[in-house]
Amino acid sequence: MTGGAVSASLVAVIGLLLLIAWRGLTYFWPATIYEFDVRQPNGEIVQVIGEIHDSEEVPADRLRQAGVNLDGYEEEFVKRYLVKTGNREFVELDFRWILETSIVDRRIPENIAVFERSKNGNFYGYPQQVLENGQPVATKDVVAELELRIDRSVELNDKALDLQNGAIGKINYELERMRLQERGLVLEDNLTQDDIDRFTMRRAELAVEYQGHETNLFSYRDQMRRDAVIVKDMRGEQVNINMQYVLDVSYPNAMNWPQKVWRWVVQVGKFISDDPREANTEGGVFPAIFGTVFMVMLMAIIVTPFGVIAAIYLHEYAGKNSVTKLIRIAVINLAGVPSIVYGVFGLGFFVYMLGGSLDKLFYPEALPSPTFGTPGVIWSALTLAILTLPVVIVSTEEGLSRIPKAIREGSLALGATKAETLWRIIIPMASPAIMTGLILAVARAAGEVAPLMLVGVVKMAPSLPVDGNFPFVHLDRKFMHLGFHIYDVGFQSPNVEAARPLVYATSFLLVTVIVTLNLTAISIRNHLREKFRSLEH
Amino acid sequence: MAANSVPIFRSSRGRLFKDNLARYGVTGGGLMVLVALLLIFFYLLYVVLPIFKSVDMEEQFKYAVNADSPVVALGIEEQTEIGYRFAENGDVRFFSAQDVGENKAGDELFVERLSLPAPITAAASVSTGEEMVAYADESGMGVIVKPQFRTTFPNDVRVLTPELAYPLGSEPLTFDPQGQAIKQLAMALDEESASVVSLTEDNRLVLAAFSAEEDFLSGDIVWTPSHTTIETHLAGIDQMLLTPDQNHLFVRGGNKIEVWNLRDLYNPVVKQVIDLTQKPSGVSTIGLLTGASSLMIGYQNGDISQWFEVSDENGRKFQRIRGFKSEGAVTQFVSEKGRKGFMTTTENGRVGIYHATGDTKLFGEKFVDSAGDALALSPRHNASLMEHDGNVYFYKVENEYPEVTISALWTKVWYEGYPDPQFVWQSTSGSDEFEPKLSLMPLTFGTIKAAFYAMLIAVPIALAGAIYTAYFMTPKMRTWVKPTVEIMEALPTVILGFLAGLWLAPLIEENLPGVLAVLFLVPFGILLSAYLFNLLPKDFANRLPEGWQAAMLVPVVLFFGWLSFALSPALEELLFDGNARVYITNELGISFDQRNSLVVGLAMGFAVIPTIFSIAEDAVFSVPGHLSNGSLALGATRWQTLTRVVLLTASPGIFSAVMMGLGRAVGETMIVLMATGNTPLMDWSIFQGMRTLSANIAVEMPEAEVGSSHYRILFLSAFVLFVLTFIFNTVSEFVRQRLRERYSSM
Repeated sequence: MTGGAVSASLVAVIGLLLLIAWRGLTYFWPATIYEFDVRQPNGEIVQVIGEIHDSEEVPADRLRQAGVNLDGYEEEFVKRYLVKTGNREFVELDFRWILETSIVDRRIPENIAVFERSKNGNFYGYPQQVLENGQPVATKDVVAELELRIDRSVELNDKALDLQNGAIGKINYELERMRLQERGLVLEDNLTQDDIDRFTMRRAELAVEYQGHETNLFSYRDQMRRDAVIVKDMRGEQVNINMQYVLDVSYPNAMNWPQKVWRWVVQVGKFISDDPREANTEGGVFPAIFGTVFMVMLMAIIVTPFGVIAAIYLHEYAGKNSVTKLIRIAVINLAGVPSIVYGVFGLGFFVYMLGGSLDKLFYPEALPSPTFGTPGVIWSALTLAILTLPVVIVSTEEGLSRIPKAIREGSLALGATKAETLWRIIIPMASPAIMTGLILAVARAAGEVAPLMLVGVVKMAPSLPVDGNFPFVHLDRKFMHLGFHIYDVGFQSPNVEAARPLVYATSFLLVTVIVTLNLTAISIRNHLREKFRSLEH
Repeated sequence: MAANSVPIFRSSRGRLFKDNLARYGVTGGGLMVLVALLLIFFYLLYVVLPIFKSVDMEEQFKYAVNADSPVVALGIEEQTEIGYRFAENGDVRFFSAQDVGENKAGDELFVERLSLPAPITAAASVSTGEEMVAYADESGMGVIVKPQFRTTFPNDVRVLTPELAYPLGSEPLTFDPQGQAIKQLAMALDEESASVVSLTEDNRLVLAAFSAEEDFLSGDIVWTPSHTTIETHLAGIDQMLLTPDQNHLFVRGGNKIEVWNLRDLYNPVVKQVIDLTQKPSGVSTIGLLTGASSLMIGYQNGDISQWFEVSDENGRKFQRIRGFKSEGAVTQFVSEKGRKGFMTTTENGRVGIYHATGDTKLFGEKFVDSAGDALALSPRHNASLMEHDGNVYFYKVENEYPEVTISALWTKVWYEGYPDPQFVWQSTSGSDEFEPKLSLMPLTFGTIKAAFYAMLIAVPIALAGAIYTAYFMTPKMRTWVKPTVEIMEALPTVILGFLAGLWLAPLIEENLPGVLAVLFLVPFGILLSAYLFNLLPKDFANRLPEGWQAAMLVPVVLFFGWLSFALSPALEELLFDGNARVYITNELGISFDQRNSLVVGLAMGFAVIPTIFSIAEDAVFSVPGHLSNGSLALGATRWQTLTRVVLLTASPGIFSAVMMGLGRAVGETMIVLMATGNTPLMDWSIFQGMRTLSANIAVEMPEAEVGSSHYRILFLSAFVLFVLTFIFNTVSEFVRQRLRERYSSM
């Protein structure tokens, strides 16, 4: 019986991991596109094109009660498919349930194309013709021609984005800084005519520069609009899709295995490196990965010294008195306090109190819009640093306690002071343990969401906390986080069905990172144990 | 560590200094941990405490006013800089309420004398809401005036300029079409309509309703009146109150109050007659609370009662809800703007501050020796004016969080519009008149419920697993199991929550019988296989490795898990008429949420298992070997040894493991946030959701206004969580410390 409990837990853990992995990874696999002929309740036959997203068994009785005509059907259960039809702007819902009994025919046509678009999700259909400036392009090979033109449009799009985020972003940033500088000088009563002239001149320069970039940007956009493609969709209608919205086209039914694998790899790569699209429900998660890593690194920088010093104090310096006992209880409690309480504390103390005071002292020119007095990455890092402090302390202390006493005594006997012993002997020996603690802390921080929701994480951050504008690292900015991304896309997005695979993929990413970190920590720890065990004998 | 007694050489002064520096630095760093914890504690307390501060009111200024004619309305504007006084004869005076800049308190800023075609005979102000005063004259004509304050910033200094506005125009309006003199008035007004009820010399009650219409040509607003007579049965009329929405008129004659429904302007009807003649004491005055749903009645003996409409089988009726006690008969009610609080003056010169829904008297003090002539409260509730005997007193009021009282947080409260007292958490709403309902009970209940279901699932599995792992399992398998459990602990709760909400919840909804079957079939299957294992031939059984049963049981668990799901549709047909969800809702009358406690219990149980497991396993594993060996040597079976010796010794450790698990379950946020509907219900049903303290903080904190009651209450709930987990953790740590000492002495 007790053994069963263990096996049930094991099954649950491993099953869960496998579930996430399976669901997360199949998302990128190019799915087969079916063409169904479906009989409607009124007898009409309608064509449906799409991927099979899910299927389930429904008791036939229930369907009959719901008024579905199942005449001539004997079995107790009916299979039902959830088909993703895409083409969101032309149909009411891009997912629909189809009963197996109503399917008259199903085909897997090779020439069906899947268009990945920057708006309205996927589009399924047969490409018919490529248009340039509204005129058909005379070509034999529509597929190749299409490929060529999509590449061109994607390239233009990249250029436009670069321009927008790079040069134009820089100008806007400088203008904003100048406004703040000017306001700062006004507040100090130090604004001289020289300054005003300087600002005016620089503004004029920037305006000219901006004009130039804007002209380029508009021309890129115009060029992008040149091409279009005519696609026959499942209603049999010819739809004109402008190339500026098309990101990619693929023919999954025509692919063989190696091609599919390659496509899968490409899609995974895109997922990791792209920005999200359409309210986070499509595209990649790069900003979330970046935000998570950046925040966690910041946190690690803060937590390590404090955690290590506290552990050294507890293990090397503290006497057996009530203060030590109190500190130990404090450590346990810091570990046990619910993370949301840290969030509340961080919001009140760090953001409003510390951040608010910082703003008053150093950024009065930006007020009333806050600089640090609003949730941001630095406050998240600080909050999580307190949260993960016990992890580092406990792990470091364990490492310290494994170092044999003889080593310390040897060092002291040779005339080294205690500080020297610590610095030269103990800390280097304990460094793998410190590392373990740090890794565990990072793993914990990477998975924590609740406090971050209060102190700095947002659904969509307009810019990364690190960019090319002085001072390059912007600790006051809000950031995106993988865990929050999961919560937000899974629970706050308008089209949950469409977003679900993406959430699985994001979860898989997060779980992989965290499990890897933990396994590393565990193996370092086991290695350490072995090493010190051999030292003692 | 041993004391540092290393001889230091003379040349080593620098080293010694460094050594000391390190010592103090490290000690300081160690203390930082304690400081951090204390900081969290005291900071939370620092934010929470103001809501429990007692109300204070103190006199700051006293000055004489021109009191030639009795006061009709006294008021003070939002910045508490300017006060105003409307006299019965039409005299309107604005004065400095306190010392502001060059103006001394009491300085007159603006005076105007209103005039009507005939001498003024009656005047009245609105009962609640924005201050306005109506005047009527001998010829049945009247006018409505309103104090107004214009804010300008000449030279970057804020300057308030008082002026008089006429919302219905400055031309006299016809209150009584028969042109009789008016004795008494009541009025209410909004942007589109205005109502004035006048009592004429010949004792008719006339309702004059004005409605605003835009003139086609000029675009001006024109107010067109219509007049209706109200047939009251009261002998004499002492007081009339009109609600701001102009739907109800309260007419008091002695100890009887008639409630009139004016919704149909041409056909006003008596809705209810409140007869208080049987009460031990007569009525002294009546008043309205903000929102106009509540009627306050003050009695001669100092009793105050609150009445509002409650629906029962006979329709909506005004009903006595709760009472307050004042020391002396109330002469005037002043309602707080935007809150359900009110102030009173009594005939013996006392001033009281109450909060209706909080069911408390917050303040009471005697300021003057007889009834004040008029009382006013500033819109932000931070200052008050009282006129008495030709003098105006200015009081500073500190009353920021009247709605937060222990009873409002933890007991049932009867809110306006509710059929009975309830625990309600509803912090925000779209409307301005909304009263926040801040009972922490539903949230605390939700927290306990979630933790209960989680523990129900986690405790048996985790403890059984821990005992097996520590006591029976081979070390080889243990090196596999422990890291797996650690990884289980490391799984982000957001992922568990997401899976629970989007994968498990629909799965359970579809296969409810299957999931319930898992809970019974899997343990049954394990027992069955244990039995079968026993039946195996001895020599074969002995050849199987000892301590690997867990691994062997994995296929059994998988098989029975699969079997349950495979049987689910059949069970559903058999037990629930083919649709479990519909059956539960219709036949059993239990409402079924998709994201229910079962889902939360499973998901959170999963999250809590590793916490309990690792501590319990540690406790069982570190039971000294000679104890169990001794027991075995004395002839006890392994099972007897386990239950009578090992578990008994390790029980404090197991207890502390459960406490730690409970601490974690109580504070868990993301799982509950994602796997429940977050409705603050109070219901133990396993098929319904809940809202916990922690999820509530996560949901509402980002939109709570800093410094508001709502914000502070959220901090209070964080504080409650902090204290709860602090107790759990400290107790369990204490128990473990004791246990460790005991083991080491064995």
